Amino acid sequence: MPDDNNTGTPVLQVRSLVKSFGKLRVLDDVSITVDAGETVCIVGPSGSGKSTLLRCINLLEWPDSGEIYLRGERFGFRENDRSREVRMNDREMAHIRTRVGMVFQQFNLWPHLTAFGNITVSPIHVLKRPREEVEAEAEALLAKVGLQDKRDEYPIRLSGGQQQRVAIARALAMHPDVLLFDEPTSSLDPELVGEVLAVMKGLADEGRTMAVVTHEMVFAREAADYVVFMDGGRIVEAGTPEEFFSNPKTSRAQQFLERYR
Amino acid sequence: MIEHFARALTQWPLFLNGFFNTVWLCASTAIVSLILAMLLAVPLMSRLLTIRAASRFVVDSIRSVPFLLLAYMAYYCLPAIGISLSSWAAALITLVIYNTAYFAEILRGAWSHLPPQQEEGGRAFGFTGIRLFVHIIGPQLFIAAGPVLGNQMIQVIKDSAFLMVITIPELTFRANQVQSILFVPFETFIIAGCLYWILCNSVEWMVHRLERVAEMRRVR
Repeated sequence: MPDDNNTGTPVLQVRSLVKSFGKLRVLDDVSITVDAGETVCIVGPSGSGKSTLLRCINLLEWPDSGEIYLRGERFGFRENDRSREVRMNDREMAHIRTRVGMVFQQFNLWPHLTAFGNITVSPIHVLKRPREEVEAEAEALLAKVGLQDKRDEYPIRLSGGQQQRVAIARALAMHPDVLLFDEPTSSLDPELVGEVLAVMKGLADEGRTMAVVTHEMVFAREAADYVVFMDGGRIVEAGTPEEFFSNPKTSRAQQFLERYR
Repeated sequence: MIEHFARALTQWPLFLNGFFNTVWLCASTAIVSLILAMLLAVPLMSRLLTIRAASRFVVDSIRSVPFLLLAYMAYYCLPAIGISLSSWAAALITLVIYNTAYFAEILRGAWSHLPPQQEEGGRAFGFTGIRLFVHIIGPQLFIAAGPVLGNQMIQVIKDSAFLMVITIPELTFRANQVQSILFVPFETFIIAGCLYWILCNSVEWMVHRLERVAEMRRVR
């Protein structure tokens, strides 16, 4: 939601984010709140800053200004001994990043590890959770995304849709507070999009907290609790899927939705 | 001719000793140089220009010196400035320094071709520093650079023959010794050549195995 006028600590809160690449202002005063169990879909034309927003949220890009809070904790900054806010170092940042699950457009699976290895390597070596526990959970996650028979395959042997489903299982294995999806179906062949969306719909129905950048309007309509429409680095319109899709208020949103009719 | 071979082979303990010395020199060089090369690849890939330029300069300088010259420097020049090494120490240091530079350059090349999304993916999942290298970047570098590292390893084996000039009793040194005792140079050097052939082909065989591993994963 564009504003923070609700009670209880939201899982993810983005306040007045600004990011420029050179002279180009990619994000211009963007604020979003995602509450627990909510799925927020971020839609808009290409180049509107949607992906940059997600990359700023887990600080793969450092925003020029603005704040990000994860369950009320400032992301990227911490208080030093004199209780002044200082930037987190690499190690602290790595640690807090584990609480944000990222699913990339290009999957970015690690090619030297099997599907199973991709899922287990981070919980075991970053979170230091017991191996047996992680492995048992990884089996369950593979079953959840419908790939238990691909356990020992390397990514190169999997279709794009299968790779993306492994990538989703990999993100889930970290037990993140929030899942970020960066156009998860944009680099898939059309016939493979459905299987990935089905998994994501299942997660939304389960009550996972998710922020999804997508061009799949049918998915946004069915799965989102809230839709945010971005254009030119700004949030132009936001509302429930019913409001946004049936009755867009701004002419920019109307034009945008025309193309999907 | 057959009987010349038979005569040369009566000196098998010398051949065996030379062969063994070559093997352990090259094997320890491979292990130590690879570890050092991994450490050296980090500054070679640094985002800071000064660090990158300085490490580049060191690596390129070592690579532009002939191996034999480097061995002479370690053996003859270091004592002149007060550092005297045994011939074995001088040999190992020469091999390690020279090949660390080559291995580091090979790893840097593989690293620069690694898609940046791989490292980014690692960071997004909380990997950083040594753990990022050990679990995410390193394995991909070794799979991708395997064949080139193997080639350089074969070069190490052949370069090690130069070490006879600083009195290391490796395979070529021993072969030379055998022929000066028995006066059957042709047969002696053929035998030494065959032993080198076995060594180099063992490395080649290991590289092929590694290539099969890479093929299954298709790491670029």
